[in-house]
Amino acid sequence: MRRERLSVLANEELGPYTLLRVRRGGLDPGRPGQFFMLEAPGRLLPRPMSLCLAPRGELAFLIDPIGPGTRALCSLESDDMLSVLGPLGNGFRLDVERPLLVGGGIGIAPLPYLSEALGRPPAVLGFRSAWHAEAAELVPNAQSCVEPTRVTELIPSGMDVLACGPEPMLEAVRRIAPEAQLAWEAPMACGYGACYGCAVEIDGELKRLCVEGPVLCAA
Amino acid sequence: MLLNASGCLDALTAPDVARSLDAFVTKTVTPLPRDGNTPVRIAETDVGMLNSIGLANPGIDRFVTRNLPQLEKLGLPLWVSVGGFETDDYAEICLRLDDHVAVSAIELNVSCPNVEAPVESTTQIVAAARIATRKPLWAKLSPAVPDIAEVARAAEAAGADGLSLVNTLRGLKLDTRTLRPALGPGHGGLSGPALKPIALAAVAACYAATGMPIVGMGGIQTGLDALEFIAAGARHVALGTVLFADPDAPARVRAELHAATEEHGWNSSDDAYAVAHAEPLSVGTTGRESSNE
Repeated sequence: MRRERLSVLANEELGPYTLLRVRRGGLDPGRPGQFFMLEAPGRLLPRPMSLCLAPRGELAFLIDPIGPGTRALCSLESDDMLSVLGPLGNGFRLDVERPLLVGGGIGIAPLPYLSEALGRPPAVLGFRSAWHAEAAELVPNAQSCVEPTRVTELIPSGMDVLACGPEPMLEAVRRIAPEAQLAWEAPMACGYGACYGCAVEIDGELKRLCVEGPVLCAA
Repeated sequence: MLLNASGCLDALTAPDVARSLDAFVTKTVTPLPRDGNTPVRIAETDVGMLNSIGLANPGIDRFVTRNLPQLEKLGLPLWVSVGGFETDDYAEICLRLDDHVAVSAIELNVSCPNVEAPVESTTQIVAAARIATRKPLWAKLSPAVPDIAEVARAAEAAGADGLSLVNTLRGLKLDTRTLRPALGPGHGGLSGPALKPIALAAVAACYAATGMPIVGMGGIQTGLDALEFIAAGARHVALGTVLFADPDAPARVRAELHAATEEHGWNSSDDAYAVAHAEPLSVGTTGRESSNE
C-alpha cells in the first residue's frame, strides 16, 4: 500500500464524464479492477476510483461529477497536485477463455485497462443517453446501446463475463451469467479495510468491498 | 503516546499502519458476534463524517481464539475496546480478557448516547469491570451529556484508571435528491473536524474535574491539533477519521507535533501537558511563560 502526491497532466471531457490523467510517480498501476483512493481537494475523505487506463508513466481515471468530491476532482487543472493511494482491493481474474466485457454508465471505468490486459476482447456497453455513450470510445471492440435498450439484451451465451456497472445491472448480469466476475461499488472512507464502511450484503453475507472486492465472483 | 481511535483501523488488514502507532486499539468487542448495520454505513458531510457501522465484530469467543493470537504477533501494546448492552456484558468480557498478557489495557465503550442516566450507568459499568479485571481501565465517554465532568468523576470513583475523550456525536445527513437519510440506519456518529472543539472542551473539563490521564481524540488532523489536546489536558492522543484519508497520518502527525513542540521552545510534548490550565487562563499565555512560573 503506497501513497504519493502526483501531478495532474490533463482533465479531458468525455460526454458528461471527465478523464483525469495524472503522472504515475512510483505507484504500480495494479491489476484491472483494482482501485485507488484519490484526494478530493477541499473534502475530508478521498474518493475510490478504479484505474481506467495506464499509459506509460500515467494513471487515468474516468470520473462522473455527481457530488462535491467528484466535482472537485473534475475541476483539477494541469500541474495541480493530489495524493493518491493504491492500488487497492482485488481485481478481475484474467484466466478466462472467452472474455466478454459488460459495462453500464460510469461502470465502464475499469474496462479500457481490462480490455488491454485481455487483448481487446468484445465488449457491450449500456448508457443512459447518447451523450453518456460518448465515453464508449475508450473501450475497443465495443457495441453500445442507449436506454430503453438494456445492455443485458446484448450478452450472448457461452461467454466469460466480466462486468462493472450499477447494482441493478450487475444483478441482471448474474441472472444471465451466474459465473460472471462482477465489480461492485459502495461509499468508502478509507479503501484499505479500516472503516468497515463499504460492507455490502451479497447473498446474505456482508463483505468489505475494499478488501474482499471490489471484484467478486457472482456464483 | 499516539493511538488510533477504536473502530478506525484494522491492524490485521493494515499492520504497517498499526505499527506506526504506539499502541493499537481494537474495534469494540461485544459478547456475541455482530454483522453490523445495513449499508449505506458512511457518508461525508461538509464538516466531518458520519458512520453507522453498528459495532460489527466477531464476538468475544472468536476474538479471543482467532483475532487475539494474530494481534499479539504485531508486537504492539494492545488496547481492547469492550462494549455491551448490559452491565454484565462488560464484566463478562473483561473477565475473559484478564488472563491475556497481550492485552495491556481495556477501553470501556460506555458512550452509547441513548443512555438516559449517564452517571449511573457509567458507575455501574466501570465498577463491574473493575471487579472483573486488574488491567488498566479507560472509560470512553460521550460528549452528548449535560455535564461530562460529572460522568468523569463517576468513572474515577468507580475505579477507572483513565478516560478516552470523546466518542462521536449523533448526526444526520439527507440525500439532497431524495431527501431521505443518506445512511441505511438513518442517523450516524459524527467524527472529524466538527468534533474537535467539542472534544477539546470535554478534555479540558474532565482534566480540571479529575486530573485523570486522558486519551484525547476528535478531529485531530495535524500535529498542532494534537498539541492543543495535550495542552487541554490529554496525556495521550488518538487518530480517527484522519486515518481513513491518510494511512501515513501517524508519522506525519508525530513529526508535526515534534516541530510544533520545538517551536514553543519545549524539549518534549510532555512539557505542554495541561498548560491551558495554567493561571491566568487567557489567550496569549504561552506555554513557556507558564512553565517558567
